[in-house]
Amino acid sequence: MTNTNNSPAPERIDQATLLQEQTDPLTHTPVHLLELKDVGKHYGNIIALTGVTMAVDTGRVTCVLGDNGAGKSTLIKIIAGLHQHTTGTLEIMGAERKLNSPREALDSGIAAVYQDLAVVSLMPIWRNFFLGSELTKGLGPFKSLDVEKMKKITKDELAAMGIDLRDVEQPIGQLSGGERQCVAIARAVHFGAKVLILDEPTAALGVKQSGVVLRYILQARDRGLGVIFITHNPHHAFPVGDRFLLLKRGKSIGYYDKKDITIDELTSQMAGGAELAELAHELEQSGGHADVLAEVKAEVADALDTPAAGRHS
Amino acid sequence: MTNTLLTPPTAPKVADERVASKGAISTLLGRPEFGALVGAVAMFAFFAFVAPVFLQPSSFATVLYGSSTIGIMAVGVSLLMIGGEFDLSTGVAVISSALSASLFSWYFGTNVWVGVVLALVVSLAVGFINGWILIKTNLPSFIVTLATFLMLTGLNLGLTRLIGGSVSTPSIADMDGFESARAIFASSVNIAGVEVKITVFIWIALVAVASWILLRTRIGNWIFAVGGDANAARAVGVPVIRTKIGLFMGVGFCAWILGMHNLFAFATVQSGEGIGNEFLYIIAAVIGGCLLTGGYGSAVGGAIGAFIFGMANKGIVYAEWNPDWFKFFLGLMLLLATIVNLVVKKRAETK
Repeated sequence: MTNTNNSPAPERIDQATLLQEQTDPLTHTPVHLLELKDVGKHYGNIIALTGVTMAVDTGRVTCVLGDNGAGKSTLIKIIAGLHQHTTGTLEIMGAERKLNSPREALDSGIAAVYQDLAVVSLMPIWRNFFLGSELTKGLGPFKSLDVEKMKKITKDELAAMGIDLRDVEQPIGQLSGGERQCVAIARAVHFGAKVLILDEPTAALGVKQSGVVLRYILQARDRGLGVIFITHNPHHAFPVGDRFLLLKRGKSIGYYDKKDITIDELTSQMAGGAELAELAHELEQSGGHADVLAEVKAEVADALDTPAAGRHS
Repeated sequence: MTNTLLTPPTAPKVADERVASKGAISTLLGRPEFGALVGAVAMFAFFAFVAPVFLQPSSFATVLYGSSTIGIMAVGVSLLMIGGEFDLSTGVAVISSALSASLFSWYFGTNVWVGVVLALVVSLAVGFINGWILIKTNLPSFIVTLATFLMLTGLNLGLTRLIGGSVSTPSIADMDGFESARAIFASSVNIAGVEVKITVFIWIALVAVASWILLRTRIGNWIFAVGGDANAARAVGVPVIRTKIGLFMGVGFCAWILGMHNLFAFATVQSGEGIGNEFLYIIAAVIGGCLLTGGYGSAVGGAIGAFIFGMANKGIVYAEWNPDWFKFFLGLMLLLATIVNLVVKKRAETK
């Protein structure tokens, strides 16, 4: 299957050459930056997640796709140290680990950027950037913030991510949603994250802003981070992703390398052909909407035509 | 920086053309205490006009003294409010502090400094308990501190009667250490022939220290963060629990200073006093531009708020008006100040 490069990324990121070098890291690299094997999570007798296998590597984007309630957030929480897995193994650089707190995850180089939890909106950008890890100068009780240095680093780091801010002194609440995400990403990068988890960064954004965030994801990848990109939108995932994990009702329903799957297959897997057929049936019953009905039926045919062609697990 | 190789060259160091150099006026407008400053200037001009005696150095020293007794507490309360909480127990906590120093040293016949140290421990403990219950129960600070307010009120009255046998404490004026403690907490300094109470200087020092903490230390950053968005703060590793408890203890520390002043200025303490004062401190902080919901404000603002309060309080006397009207003006001032702050803040944010 050829890789149709329909990425909106800037020219200097060449998806095709990047993938040619990739011999299938799933089998050929000795250790992954982060690897989950058959991971599951039970809350008492409720099975929230089961049988998830995935890997994250330096300079690669692993996308986790799934609808609401598919278990995406449980998965991130396990990786970010908020919850602990009950079955399977989680390995960081080949060593088996169980992360007991977000701090522990951070210390292992795993940083999560949550959609709503990123920033304190009334505070200036530079204060947000260094919040919790402020730089100080001076000694003992006279230790004070190194304001100039922090402002400079903030401006430079954000410029490196491709956003040129007017003024790092303005409250972060004045930035657009995409820019705020970017500040959070740049912050994680600056503080030495090796694995970056992005929880639905494009969910609340418009088309243009989503494009901006996707570009930042590629920027982070090019700076050598392993990125976990959680989304329910295959059109956002496919252009930037190298691997795709599909979740449904707490189960992994597929794990693909980019070369093994097309965006159409990804979409149909996500949407589920059966559900589309049901929708067509409902529309038929209610009568009218002939044009809509035809469209849905075409989609159903499409979905049934390509059932998980590139599946390799 | 993890990977400098892939970093595109940063923008050349030229002034950004999208930032029109912010004029001094709009910088001032963006400050949280701007509204209060305007109010303070207006009120000063008003009383200088209607009661010229207001301008005499000695009357001004009195105004400053009145302001400082509110202002000392307003420092702690402002910081707490920026940190997203508030405290209804402050008024009686001041009296609790004075009572514990006075009753302890009187009952055991110790040097009063022993009582002073004990009072500090008690005040910090009250703050700690407020903060700790708040964190443990997740109840709003309104409920928690209302409960401590009531409990302290009861304890003040009950214990004072139980130990001293009366509603006011026995005088400690002739006890060891009283004079030295009085020199620290309740003396006056003569400046060019005008007696200025020492609390004025303590007040100014506290405001300076609090401003420095707020704007130039990590703790200050954390205070803004826990008030602005505690969850976000926690997610990036800010010790939210310690910061909040620390803020309540800071209020306790201020209550201790004011309590010691009350004790050594009068040698006895009325156990039923202090009720209602907590609102004055909160009013000072709010007039000074601290947002009730947290995350915004300044220590200087709280000080200006206290100064406005002091001017109104004494100015009415100097203008020879009936002080009955004072509370009405206080309420009106609060309303106006809050509206001005709201407008100023909105303007500052959109610019």
